[in-house]
Amino acid sequence: MKGVALPRRSLMPYATLGLIALALLWALVSSGMWSDILRYKKDIVYLTRQHLVLVAVSGSLAIACGLGIGIWLSRPWMARYAQAAIQAVNMVTAIPTLGKLALMMSLLGIGPLPAIVGLWIATLLPIIRNTYEGIRAVPAHLVDAARGMGLARGQILRRVELPNALFVIFAGVRTAMAVNVGTAPIAFLIGGGGLGELIFTGIDLQETGMMLAGAIPTALLAVIVDFLFGQAQYWLVPRGVNPLRNA
Amino acid sequence: MAAIRLEALTKTYATPRGDVRAVERVSLSVGDGQICVLLGPSGCGKTTTLRMINRLVTPSSGKVFIGGHDTDAADPVELRRTIGYVIQQIGLFPNMTVAGNIGVVPRLLGWSTERTRARAEELLAMLAMEPKDFIDRYPGELSGGQAQRVGVARALAADPPVLLMDEPFGALDPVNRETIQDEFLRMQHALKKTVIFVSHDIDEAVKLADSIAIFRSGRLEQYAEPDHLLAQPANEFVASFVGSDRTLKRLRLIRAADVMARASGNLDATAPTVRASEDLRRVATLFLEHGADSLACVDERGELVGYVTRAALAERLGSARR
Repeated sequence: MKGVALPRRSLMPYATLGLIALALLWALVSSGMWSDILRYKKDIVYLTRQHLVLVAVSGSLAIACGLGIGIWLSRPWMARYAQAAIQAVNMVTAIPTLGKLALMMSLLGIGPLPAIVGLWIATLLPIIRNTYEGIRAVPAHLVDAARGMGLARGQILRRVELPNALFVIFAGVRTAMAVNVGTAPIAFLIGGGGLGELIFTGIDLQETGMMLAGAIPTALLAVIVDFLFGQAQYWLVPRGVNPLRNA
Repeated sequence: MAAIRLEALTKTYATPRGDVRAVERVSLSVGDGQICVLLGPSGCGKTTTLRMINRLVTPSSGKVFIGGHDTDAADPVELRRTIGYVIQQIGLFPNMTVAGNIGVVPRLLGWSTERTRARAEELLAMLAMEPKDFIDRYPGELSGGQAQRVGVARALAADPPVLLMDEPFGALDPVNRETIQDEFLRMQHALKKTVIFVSHDIDEAVKLADSIAIFRSGRLEQYAEPDHLLAQPANEFVASFVGSDRTLKRLRLIRAADVMARASGNLDATAPTVRASEDLRRVATLFLEHGADSLACVDERGELVGYVTRAALAERLGSARR
């Protein structure tokens, strides 16, 4: 059946990635690099935990705030200001993430807090934008039909606007989380800790094993996070408005 | 129990260049179980009038009474749950299945899941759609005609006494439109809703309406039964809107039985015959085809019940009895 075959196709990229990873692993083991990496096992465990806290805290706060702000901007009474707000969001997005972190450091000093705030801002913006644009793209006649049938404002948002915008919103969340996971190593530069410590120190010392001890878990994390949000997008967006399931 | 009365209903919009009257002191009443078609060119205020009935547009002044109750007194959201609403774009929610769409208002009203689903099945069957084939489909998997049937089913789900329809069949192709109009009439015959129906198509109006309200730039130009409107347009605008072939349009409204002279006896086997229940389009066709001066009318069993003459036809179409 079609409905069963499709999810498998969505797993294809991950299977390919898995094969490449196996090949790399084999290359690492046969060249002896693997034992170099394992020397940092304790650091890897400790820093991965730090790294995950950075990503989880900044990411979940960004999703919660981004959805809220995006919905708020899409309300009719905000229509007058929404475009200006989105323009501002776009401008802030244009600042390189390293620049955002540097700004946070000058405002909040060094340590995990400015790192989390900087990551939060970088993650927040795509979510706000996609939530707002996604809801705005819901055809006006759907909202008209819903009002005409006697749905209250909140019911229209929950049952019509959000479900129909959900695919676009999820696309924003996936992009945002990719930015988040990709930027998290840089947090080390402002004292935020995390796997960046192994990567940057490894580069400075020209210690390939140390660098890979940070880089490999970072890459794995990126793949896992994208996989999880991809699956959530696949299963949580209603079938009638999910291009992945209606192809 | 759900007659509708509009009293001096007015909607004024403030624009930078002064106030614009979209609807100006429209008064009319529609009897319980009747279909009233609001007809006019685009921008004439017919849709605004419709949308003031369920308070999607707040009237600037004037009143709407449904079943004798002033709708000002009701909460607009509660009010709308008692009024079915169908729009041209259909507006089925693509995130919900057919069952989900039909069940929106029942769920708002707190119906159980089983009752809601049973109602959806019943409505689909009534609209000639096999429930088990369609109930779990998504709107994207329906044709235009099927989607609009579901749109009508959704509006009827909680059995509202009043139905508002804004050019519901306007986007369908002519063949589909005829079919769905026929189905709608058959259903209306059984359900007896009070229907306000916006259209810009005079033929659709003549076919469906018990009464027609013709609008021009926010004003009600004429409000009458279809035959009266076609026979005696109140002014130049109405006459040109209904078209110069308005006499031909009247043919579908009158049955042979209405113009026949009663008679009984044996049927002349050579004379052309028409069923008394058929409308005058058939009668006129036979006159044109046969060149005869009179036709025999028969009942369902084929027994002679009377004659229709050319003179009687001309007299009926020339006068404008109500």
